Amino acid sequence: MSTRQTRVLGRVLTAPSVGLLFVWMIVPLAMTIYFSTLRYNLLNPGTEDFIGLENYVYFLTDPAFLASLRNTLVLVGSVLLITVVLGTGVALLIDQPIFGRNIVRLLVIAPFFVMPTVSALVWKNLLMHPVSGLFAWIATSLGLRPIDWFAEMPLFSIILIVSWQWLPFASLILLTALQSLDEEQKEAAEMDGAKAFSTFFYITLPHLARPITVVILIETIFLLTVFAEIFVTTGGGPGLQTTNIAFLIYSQALIQYDVGGASAGGLVAVVLANIVAMFLVRMVGKNLET
Amino acid sequence: MGSITLDGVRKTFGSVNVIPNVNLEIDDGSFVVFVGPSGCGKSTLLRLIAGLEDISDGRILIDGRDVTNVPPAKRGLSMVFQSYALYPHMSVRGNIGFGLKMAGLPKAEIDRKVEGAASILNLTPYLDRKPRELSGGQRQRVAIGRAIVREPEGFLFDEPLSNLDAALRVNMRLEIAKLQKDLATTAVYVTHDQVEAMTMADKIVVLNAGNVEQYGTPLELYERPANLFVAGFIGSPRMNFIGGRIASAHGAATIGIRPEHLRVAREEGGQGEGWSGVISVAEHLGSDTFLYVDAGEAGTLTARVIGELGLNEGGRVTLKPDPAHIHRFDQTGKAIRP
Repeated sequence: MSTRQTRVLGRVLTAPSVGLLFVWMIVPLAMTIYFSTLRYNLLNPGTEDFIGLENYVYFLTDPAFLASLRNTLVLVGSVLLITVVLGTGVALLIDQPIFGRNIVRLLVIAPFFVMPTVSALVWKNLLMHPVSGLFAWIATSLGLRPIDWFAEMPLFSIILIVSWQWLPFASLILLTALQSLDEEQKEAAEMDGAKAFSTFFYITLPHLARPITVVILIETIFLLTVFAEIFVTTGGGPGLQTTNIAFLIYSQALIQYDVGGASAGGLVAVVLANIVAMFLVRMVGKNLET
Repeated sequence: MGSITLDGVRKTFGSVNVIPNVNLEIDDGSFVVFVGPSGCGKSTLLRLIAGLEDISDGRILIDGRDVTNVPPAKRGLSMVFQSYALYPHMSVRGNIGFGLKMAGLPKAEIDRKVEGAASILNLTPYLDRKPRELSGGQRQRVAIGRAIVREPEGFLFDEPLSNLDAALRVNMRLEIAKLQKDLATTAVYVTHDQVEAMTMADKIVVLNAGNVEQYGTPLELYERPANLFVAGFIGSPRMNFIGGRIASAHGAATIGIRPEHLRVAREEGGQGEGWSGVISVAEHLGSDTFLYVDAGEAGTLTARVIGELGLNEGGRVTLKPDPAHIHRFDQTGKAIRP
């Protein structure tokens, strides 16, 4: 395929960027590992001693850890479920030939371009606010009691916001996949007597298996690290109800000033992310073969 | 049990009149081929019969039953698509049995029918493979299996052989023709390849711009083309057309003479009508030789010679038409029959 000369040239030319990326990754990792073995609190400077794995013990036995692990998994799982199911539906809808289809598609994709802090603020102040929010107005005009979203169902509120942000991504990927579905296959199914639902379950859904896998993999990577939406709206509360691993590490480092503990937490998060990734790849990876 | 009647069928896409008005009677058990240049509406006509497109006007009857507003699956027809349109995630068994499963047949009966169809098509060893693990010819057979397993009143083929290589195409052509005779099911077959049309068809429909130019047996079309279009379309190499004074001498606006009905002589003059000229290109196929001759007033003529005459570019020859095979056409292109 390629000659020896082009291979050597390729290696030489990629070496600088590979080297840079490697350093970029390995230096922070090494420093985090180093910090995680120190008693390192910003409130007591000059007392950095080597304490072995004590930081890990504290982090893993902290009741906040299990709570935030649970929250992380619930958040990731719920958002994946909502975005994949609704995304498939939205993709099917905007694949239909309707008037103004291009504008509809643009609007559907729009939330993806709004940065997380902004969308969280919009949701918090314009939509979910118990007094001045749109949802509260709808509830009162229907004669119902408005819901104080972030106090009564904080994690669900976060899930709603994050799903709203990631729905366009899922819809977009699934829409392009739908458009690549062979028209003759659908016609063949029609000739075979398949109704709309059978066509969807036997033809369309199997065709979407692979793009759904891609959506799940990519979204999982980003959903494990959701932070801005929590920081802007609930600040991890009430109590620990919306604290996920990312927010827990943040609060260790910058609220409790415990750099050592936060570093240990960061490494635990890396390990957890890898475990999740491994499960995911095992579970859905076979979909990606051929 | 499977005659198909098109009664004043019209199809428009927006303001474009794709099929102006087609009346056609397809007999039960016959093999009818729609042939025509690309864009002539032959695939559209097939899709109208299948029910994949709505007709704008007219009626379609299958076996005397008006199916104009009947959905595709209820028309009792099955279709083989150009791309085969196999379901990629289903095994061969699943593909062939899908229609039966949708019809709600019991599992045992589906298995029995699928295995029956597979054994007719020599697909039994491949029943549990996925389409991507099959060769082109095998996929084609699966597509046909999917069509025959439903025991339809008619088959519709949409250029089914165009994705196969030349050798396989000849093979599948024979197999499809034989299968259709064995099952004695009506078949409508769309192709742009006149060799397929001539060899497979009981009757050929020549289409041009959505109009039926002629409907008849292959030999009728070859021997008695109804007009210039059919005369030029059927036959390879195509018929020579000569206009002007030479045609007037025959009492026609245009005369047509097929390459195989021109006798090639080396000497000038001789008895009867003849046009002499210089060979511009000679194509030697071994079994035949095609000569392209610049014949002055008669224009460039193509002549077909059986075997090898040792004629080459630049040689002078005289082409003598066989008077029995001169086709005469009037001003509007219609054939003049004595």
